[in-house]
Amino acid sequence: MTFVIVVGIASSSSADDIGNAEKGREIFQKCAACHQIGQDAKNRVGPHLNSLFGRAAGGVVDYTKYSKGMSRAGADGLKWDLASLDAYIENPKALVSDTRMNFRGIKDKTDRDDLLAFLRFYSDNPANIPEAQPTAIAPEVALAPEILAIVGDTEYGEYLSSECKTCHQSDGTDKGIPSITGWPVDDFVVAMHAYKIKIRPHPVMQLMAGRLSDEEIAALAAYFSEL
Amino acid sequence: MKLTRRSFIGTTAAATLAAPYVHAGGHGRPKVVVIGGGAGGATAARYIAKDSKGEIDVTLVEPSRSYYTCFFSNLYLGGFRSLDSIAHSYGTLASAYGINVVHDWAVGIDRDARTVTLAGGTSLNYDRLILSPGIDFVDGSVPGWDVSTQNAMPHAYKAGSQTELLKAQIEAMPQGGTFAMVAPPNPYRCPPGPYERVSMIAHKLKAENPTAKILIVDPKEKFSKQALFEEGWNTNYAGMIERIGPDFGADKVSVDAGAMTVTIDGNVEKVDVCNVIPAMKAGRICEIAGITEGNWAPVNGHTMQSRIDENIHVLGDASAQGDMPKSGFSANSQAKVAAMAVRGALTGSKVFPAKFSNTCWSLIDTDNGVKVGATYQATDEKIAKVDGFVSQTGEDAALRKATYEESIGWYSGITSDMFG
Repeated sequence: MTFVIVVGIASSSSADDIGNAEKGREIFQKCAACHQIGQDAKNRVGPHLNSLFGRAAGGVVDYTKYSKGMSRAGADGLKWDLASLDAYIENPKALVSDTRMNFRGIKDKTDRDDLLAFLRFYSDNPANIPEAQPTAIAPEVALAPEILAIVGDTEYGEYLSSECKTCHQSDGTDKGIPSITGWPVDDFVVAMHAYKIKIRPHPVMQLMAGRLSDEEIAALAAYFSEL
Repeated sequence: MKLTRRSFIGTTAAATLAAPYVHAGGHGRPKVVVIGGGAGGATAARYIAKDSKGEIDVTLVEPSRSYYTCFFSNLYLGGFRSLDSIAHSYGTLASAYGINVVHDWAVGIDRDARTVTLAGGTSLNYDRLILSPGIDFVDGSVPGWDVSTQNAMPHAYKAGSQTELLKAQIEAMPQGGTFAMVAPPNPYRCPPGPYERVSMIAHKLKAENPTAKILIVDPKEKFSKQALFEEGWNTNYAGMIERIGPDFGADKVSVDAGAMTVTIDGNVEKVDVCNVIPAMKAGRICEIAGITEGNWAPVNGHTMQSRIDENIHVLGDASAQGDMPKSGFSANSQAKVAAMAVRGALTGSKVFPAKFSNTCWSLIDTDNGVKVGATYQATDEKIAKVDGFVSQTGEDAALRKATYEESIGWYSGITSDMFG
């Protein structure tokens, strides 16, 4: 609802020339597991996406988990504009081969345009975005505060992690299997509980998470957050 | 008792043996020797060296300088991987982890003296010994076949030159020729392996020799991921693959490598290529060490210690542990439990309860991957299965493609976990 108002006040020379931002907002749900956008957006698994247009690749200073290739691309002059973002979203690994963004890409041009129109708003004038929490998507699993409050034992987490590292690489490389290093603790805990109760569909992860206790999940989250 | 010099020495020796010790020799770092540099041994060596932060002296004994993983070697046969892409060296384990990598064969083990003798004559002392030698073949399991005929009828079940040879023979088959596989009886390395291999060879023949036939002579009634493979074969390679089971005499098979024939319950079949995968047993160093019962080395699932000698841990295919399949993933999983137990015993580091898991991916055709997996826990009796899953028949192409891509990611992950 509030979003419609944003569309109304946006300058006609920007987002609405690109695509349908309203549809783009729905498409953004694919991104929202890792990225926040809008007022108070924070870095999560991925960097926040405010003021994305015109930003250098790898350019959010307090986000520390860029791949080497992404940082290098930024240093070499890659800036996010319509053309570069369109290419990146179409096939992330084609533009930045070692990107840690574990996303297949969006092949449909119209969908990309709509998404870019949505993203563009938060670059036009992000400080004035009227929504308090535009990315306030309900978490996948509503966990009791005491579960989120468990402080994980990193030594135990390191031992448990040896099981994860058969597939997930400890240097954060993402090749067919997502990178799980450097995630915020809460995101990690929520994701593992989502596998445990089988909201997330992957059978291997359901099996792995299925036999982990709350303390074990917290231990893994603590260990991987610092890796 | 009169104290003679002789009895004095004897008493001292007995006292030394009985006293608690941290490691042999009484000084210097505790020593671990690992025999076999595959998914079990390389992983165990790396984890012990890495996590003990130099407190334990680790020696890895592996004859090959280039190690070819058995997993993904079928993809080489199918043309999906190069042989180079499944080759690994031990350079990083030596340079980054300080492991003494010795390229030699272990030929003797003295369990009382705790020494390993190498073919080159070197003797290595150990406080803990880890055996991860993989498999050897049971003599006489397929009458007519032995290692002297392995170039005429390759097993290709230890990757490398055998795999290359098998591929070359398939490429040299006449148009419309017959490829035969004598499949192994249970238990054996990589349960879906023979059937993934058939899929990969069918993929290759479909493109290069579409009238060729594949004959599987299988002593087992059932096999791993059977419904998935049979669905894939019907869809992708209709009419090419025939499997003969024990109900038609496949448990009474012999071969003649000179005549290139396979005899199934008295019926002689002339074939062009014959891949004989014999019955398997623990790598022979386990027998030499005297820690086998039957064909395999029984272990305690909590620590992977031999049930016959607690100074020896046995990993992977060679071990008899319970419910886990013999796979690279299993060996890697067991190696981490053993590494933790060894560190705990030698340096007093914390030991957590053992957890195990396994997943086996198989490729049926281009972008058509399937998988089976389970989790396990140690009981006093064995490593027991907790829960499992298997891919379903009729899955859509996108899921199968994602499963294949996942297997490529796993390969990259496990080989980094093994070789650093």
